[in-house]
Amino acid sequence: MAEHAEHITCQEVVELVTDYLEGGLPAAEVSLFEQHILFCEGCRTYLEQMRLTVSTVGRLDTGDVPDQLRDRLLSAFRDWKRP
Amino acid sequence: MPTPDSDHVMLAPDDEALLLDRLRAGDEDAFEALVARHSSAMLAAARMYVKTDAAAEDVVQDAWLGVLKGLARFEARSSLKTWIIRIVVNIARTRGAREARSVPFSSLATGADEAAVAPDRFRPPGGAFPGHWNSYPRDWRSLPEDSLVQLETTRAVLREIGRLPGAQQAVIRLRDVEGWTAAEVCAALDLTDGNQRVLLHRARSRVRGALERHFDG
Ligand SMILES: [Zn+2]
Repeated sequence: MAEHAEHITCQEVVELVTDYLEGGLPAAEVSLFEQHILFCEGCRTYLEQMRLTVSTVGRLDTGDVPDQLRDRLLSAFRDWKRP
Repeated sequence: MPTPDSDHVMLAPDDEALLLDRLRAGDEDAFEALVARHSSAMLAAARMYVKTDAAAEDVVQDAWLGVLKGLARFEARSSLKTWIIRIVVNIARTRGAREARSVPFSSLATGADEAAVAPDRFRPPGGAFPGHWNSYPRDWRSLPEDSLVQLETTRAVLREIGRLPGAQQAVIRLRDVEGWTAAEVCAALDLTDGNQRVLLHRARSRVRGALERHFDG
C-alpha cells in the first residue's frame, strides 16, 4: 500500500488503532504508528475519539435483569431447590 | 460481610466464593445476587447465536439451570463468570443450530474487511498525500463538557450497539461495558485472540462513527 515501509497513511492508522490500544502491534509497527500520531493532528484527534468512545461505552449502565426473566429464574430456582 | 438487605450487586468479586457457598446451601438471596451480576453478560453472549431477546432469555434460563446442576463440580480455581458464559455459549450454539441460525462463523468473519472510517474521508490514490484525511475529525474535547455523558449521547451509543452483528455486540459488551479482559472473553466465547480483536475493532469503530454522526449531525 505505502510506497515505503517506513510510512503509514491515516487510512492505515484508523485500522491499527485497536491493535495499538490493545498492545497487539509488533514493536516495529508501534514506532511507525507513534511517529505518525506525533506528526498528524487528524490521527491524534482520531485516537482520542477512540479513547473517548471506549470510556463512554464503559459508562453504560448494563441495566437490571428484565423482571419477567428474573421471575422465571426465581421459580426455576425454587423448583431446583425442592428435590 | 454483607447484610441480607445490602445491595448484592455491589459485592466485590471476592465475595463470589461466599455467594456460591450460600447458593449450594439453597439460599435464594445468593441466587438473586448472582443473577443480577451475571445475566447481562449472559444475554449478550446468547445473542451471538440466537436471533431474538426472547430466545436469549430462554438460553439464559437453561444456562442458570446448568449452573445449578454443575455447582458441585465447579472448581473455585476457575473463573465463575467464564464458566457461566461457556455454559451459555454451549446452550445457545445448540439452539442456534436448531433454529437454523447457526451464524457463528460468518458472523465472526464479518467486519474484518469493513473499513473503520468511510474511504471517502481520505485522499484518493494517485493524487497528493493518498490515504490522508480530507478534513480532520472533530476534537471532541472542544464540545460542551457534558456532551459525552448526556442522555441523548448514551442513547445513540446503545442504539448502535444494538445494531451490531451478534458477535461484535457480545465482544464490546463484555470488554467495554462489563470490563472483562481480552483473555477472559476469548476463553468464554471460544475466540482466538485475533478474532476477538477484529470484532472489538469493528464494534468500537462503528460506535465511534455513531458518536461522530451524533455530534456532527
Ligand atoms: Zn494521520
